Amino acid sequence: MSGKTGSLQPKEAELRAAFWEQVGSFPEGFKIKRCLQCGTCTGTCPVSYAMDLTPRQVIALFRAGRTEEILKSRTVWLCASCYSCTVRCPSDIRVTDTMYALKRIAMAKGIYPGRFPVHTLSRSFVNNVYRYGRNYELGLGVRYFARTGIRRLFSNATLGWSMIRRGRMGLIPRKLKRVNDVQAIIKKANEFGEG
Amino acid sequence: MLQYAYYPGCSLEHTASPYDKSIRAVFKALDIGLREIDDWNCCGATMYMSVKKIVGYAISARNLALAQSMDMQVCAPCSSCYTILRKTNRHIAWDPRERAKINEALSAAGLTYDTLVKVRHPLDILVNDLGVGVIKSKVTRSLRGLRVAPYYGCQIVRPHGYFDDVDEPVSMDKLMSTIGAEVVPYPCKVRCCGGMLMTTKEDVALDLNMKLLQAAADTEADVIATACPLCQMNLEAYQDKINQTYGRKFKVPVVYFSHLLGAALGISSEDMGLDKLLIEPVKLCGLMKGAAV
Repeated sequence: MSGKTGSLQPKEAELRAAFWEQVGSFPEGFKIKRCLQCGTCTGTCPVSYAMDLTPRQVIALFRAGRTEEILKSRTVWLCASCYSCTVRCPSDIRVTDTMYALKRIAMAKGIYPGRFPVHTLSRSFVNNVYRYGRNYELGLGVRYFARTGIRRLFSNATLGWSMIRRGRMGLIPRKLKRVNDVQAIIKKANEFGEG
Repeated sequence: MLQYAYYPGCSLEHTASPYDKSIRAVFKALDIGLREIDDWNCCGATMYMSVKKIVGYAISARNLALAQSMDMQVCAPCSSCYTILRKTNRHIAWDPRERAKINEALSAAGLTYDTLVKVRHPLDILVNDLGVGVIKSKVTRSLRGLRVAPYYGCQIVRPHGYFDDVDEPVSMDKLMSTIGAEVVPYPCKVRCCGGMLMTTKEDVALDLNMKLLQAAADTEADVIATACPLCQMNLEAYQDKINQTYGRKFKVPVVYFSHLLGAALGISSEDMGLDKLLIEPVKLCGLMKGAAV
């Protein structure tokens, strides 16, 4: 899809192939090729100020054959999925979907930014859904803080307690009646390889 | 009578239970039927999309397949669920091979999904299916004098703006003026609250929410009206932390738009979970004690 890989290092060639496969797996993904490097995505992104690579730079680095740097940056894990870039892009590029695609590549290849373990939250979420069929908010939060910074567990304890008191935080996960059905669907869908 | 298959989503079971209660109460008062999809599961949210897309779509499609057998459109109040369910439909319509894969996965649970079921947000249903005229005729208590900042957040109008403008949505504004509330010119209508960043990168999310609260304070709003569980949670539950971090004294109540609608329809505070909020909407509660129209 991407054409020649020429003098690329094998790892970069592998990441590029994964990238093209991923952007081909959602509607209008290939419009990424139309990027003008205008920076509208970065300008409209509410969190670009906190990113180590801006969304525009992500596309530029991919073109420069430096995909691993993208995956080692915090950028894709900072994307809050607000879709501002997607609605503003003059080339109609699905920027948010591309960020998701990069997250999936990071997950599949195990390449993450240092000291920024956000991907573990996605992993715990997915495990939760498999076990219960629904998201168990309290368990997810506690587990994430316990893994990534126990101090935050305590700094958010008051807040958690006020939510529990008002019945807005379930203490026990609720399981679906037919959780087996959900698990069967997940197992089957997992057979379809990446994507 | 209007009837919808109701998909509350995980947040509405717990953190956003006031949203769930108020939507059910308001729809009942307006004679709109809501039948909860039996044994619905998580939509996958933004998280599944980061791990394995096809699995995310397959579990999301289970809910749509269940709704298909009810022969009704889906009503999804959570912005994130709304977007994911819509995206699932779009994905299935886009590529027949993806549709086949999803159906193969669904068949493991004895389900098929072939007729795309339309997914609707309650704002869309209220304004475009029922219409503000009907709502107006059922108002028993005017909210005159209540200054409301309408906060739509991201995922109702973006990425596709199915029922409202992506930059300048007006459906909630219309509802609010219908019930006599005063809609303030809130400049952050569709600015992001950070969503899950409050868990993963708190300093950034606190900053985003501080700006949303500041803009509401600047317009002298009495309440912020939201339509999303994550927006409501971030703005309300983290307000103390924002005050501590930035040396502010915000005490802005953050309600769901359905609370204001419910108040105008004469529904009690308990019946719509208004008493479960962390910051009491003092002015609204005052109006609710007042005489009916």
